[in-house]
Amino acid sequence: MHPLTPSATLPDLMGGWAMMIGFGAYHGLNPGMGWLFALALGLQQKSERAIWRSMLPITTGHAASIVLVAALVLAAGNWLSITHLRYTAATVLLVFAVFKLFNTYRHPRWVGMRVGMKDLFLWSFLMAAAHGAGLMVAPVLLEVGHATAGPAAGFISGVGMLMAILLHTTAMLMVMLVTALVVFRKLGLAILRRRWVNFDMIWAVALLVVGSTALYHAARMAAA
Amino acid sequence: MTFLKPDQTFYPSPRMACKAPAERLGYVATLNTGHSDRPDALSVVDLDPDSPDYGRIVNTLEMPYAGDELHHFGWNACSSALCPYAPHPHLERRYLIVPGLRSSRIYVIDTKPDPRRPAIAKIIEPEEVMKRSGYSRPHTIHCGPDAIYVSALGADNGGGGPGGIFMLDHFNFDVLGPWEIDRGPQQLAYDFWWHITEDTMVTSEWGFPQQFENGLVLEDILAGRYGHNLHFWDMRRRRHLQTINLGDEYQFVFELRPAHEPSKTYGFAGVVLSLKDLSSSIWTWHRENGKWAARKTIEIPAEPADPDQLPPPLKDFKAVPPFVTDIDLSLDDRFLYVSCWGTGELRQYDVSDPMQPRLTGKVSVGGITRRASHPKSEGPLSGGPQMVEISRDGRRVYFTNSLYSTVDDQFYPERMTGWMAKVDVAEEGGMALDPRFFIDFGETRTHQVRLEGGDASTDTFCYPS
Repeated sequence: MHPLTPSATLPDLMGGWAMMIGFGAYHGLNPGMGWLFALALGLQQKSERAIWRSMLPITTGHAASIVLVAALVLAAGNWLSITHLRYTAATVLLVFAVFKLFNTYRHPRWVGMRVGMKDLFLWSFLMAAAHGAGLMVAPVLLEVGHATAGPAAGFISGVGMLMAILLHTTAMLMVMLVTALVVFRKLGLAILRRRWVNFDMIWAVALLVVGSTALYHAARMAAA
Repeated sequence: MTFLKPDQTFYPSPRMACKAPAERLGYVATLNTGHSDRPDALSVVDLDPDSPDYGRIVNTLEMPYAGDELHHFGWNACSSALCPYAPHPHLERRYLIVPGLRSSRIYVIDTKPDPRRPAIAKIIEPEEVMKRSGYSRPHTIHCGPDAIYVSALGADNGGGGPGGIFMLDHFNFDVLGPWEIDRGPQQLAYDFWWHITEDTMVTSEWGFPQQFENGLVLEDILAGRYGHNLHFWDMRRRRHLQTINLGDEYQFVFELRPAHEPSKTYGFAGVVLSLKDLSSSIWTWHRENGKWAARKTIEIPAEPADPDQLPPPLKDFKAVPPFVTDIDLSLDDRFLYVSCWGTGELRQYDVSDPMQPRLTGKVSVGGITRRASHPKSEGPLSGGPQMVEISRDGRRVYFTNSLYSTVDDQFYPERMTGWMAKVDVAEEGGMALDPRFFIDFGETRTHQVRLEGGDASTDTFCYPS
């Protein structure tokens, strides 16, 4: 049952874009996602340019892991209805959230600070994938893709999702860059001791909240 | 796990760690070798000069088994938890990982909630260590960014090798397996540490278990069969990169102290003995034309002695070798402390220029022939400065006197007794024994010291000062 007409109203769609930007900013602020590594490289090489240089591979690595999730959603659209997709995305996210909640401190094993562009890309991809950055945005991505689907494109628009990912990673890039630069130029390393809240725990809770909301949304849409 | 801030004993850079508050407690591995019925223990010592218990043992945690020979224990987590590529800064510096060099058993000891009353949280039995890692005789612990690294001197069976490194999980302390993917020519193991921002590990060499468990084998020393190499490794790919042979006449390459500052690429290695003249030496390794190189930068000569005063292995040589068995570098990379276990000296060198160390201080306690006493001790002392630990601000240095049970008995045959002493360090160099601090452990021997909150040989920093 592929509905051929966009199912979302404009305010809903705007909400979807805004959420993608919000998630981008949030991912950009997470020290485990990039700005801290960029800062460390800048300090180690005693050069602010090292921070600028590391932005591209970190951002594209992050984006790649989300594109992967979008591709999975798009592929699943061949077999599942929008309702089933909503339920599936929400359920997978909730299961992962529960796992993360009990393993907040688990990270992919990575050792290495002498990194080139390729390494940074891979590192960022791994971090985003392992922390479920793509999963976290999957329900919103699905709605945006659904809302922007034209009559000929099935019920999810890949282009719409790509646009959303572009917005997401741009927001992430901005926040990441500004954070790294502000710590590098102004705040200094002491901030790491004083202000580093437990992002891993907040992240796990965020996954849980997004998953629950998505499940609620799926149920409401199915009932409507 | 903490929530609002990282564990406050973690510091991004070594210079920040230098400003850490003074330690109030120390943990000392205490050995009851030769009393097969009594187990080793972890002793808690009061280091707060304003406390009525200053310089006293305030608690002793006995192990449940005898004969472990506790050795170079370390913390479960340290400043490396802040490293940018896999940070977990809300883990706590809480557990001491205490290996039994003889038993191959590893104790995980919880220092919370009451740091004065540590308790055993987990025991990793020797069978598990050997089965999962392929190694035995765990020796040194370092908290890495991704796991707890443990060096091991023997293979999982018998008294041979290769020795190497294995990893423990940061969170549940399970043995994860051997570290090396390609060990190259490396067979002997002892100490290890790393230049974390260079992705480089350095390892040193002692001997196989069969070469030390019943005492040092003198024929093997004279034949140069103990270790004389430094090994450099790619930490990312876990591959051997380079061997530096210091020279066949050098025996026992022991402690490795890389510069703490992550932008510096040099470090110091202590060599116990030269077969040529019984001297000890310190070597500085550094980068040179894209490779690692090492040069002897300190040589400490043997002291002539009356054979009547010497233990059997040394009588023919008519000299006391300095036996540099431990070295330790202050967190500001300025002072290197060198223990001369044979001659009974603790030396301080200014290593601001790592290629040109300058002797800046010396104190004498114990020694094979000197047997120097401490202002607070009753009479002459046996053993000499051995394990050294420096406070994070670099102003206090603690040391103990036992090396390894059977080796103690070879060079201090009159039944060495255990003690712990301390020097106060002047800001611009120079040091003096603290006349108030001397702990007599009696027949119990003393080894590694760890300080509350961290010290100069437990932390790894990822950010330059």
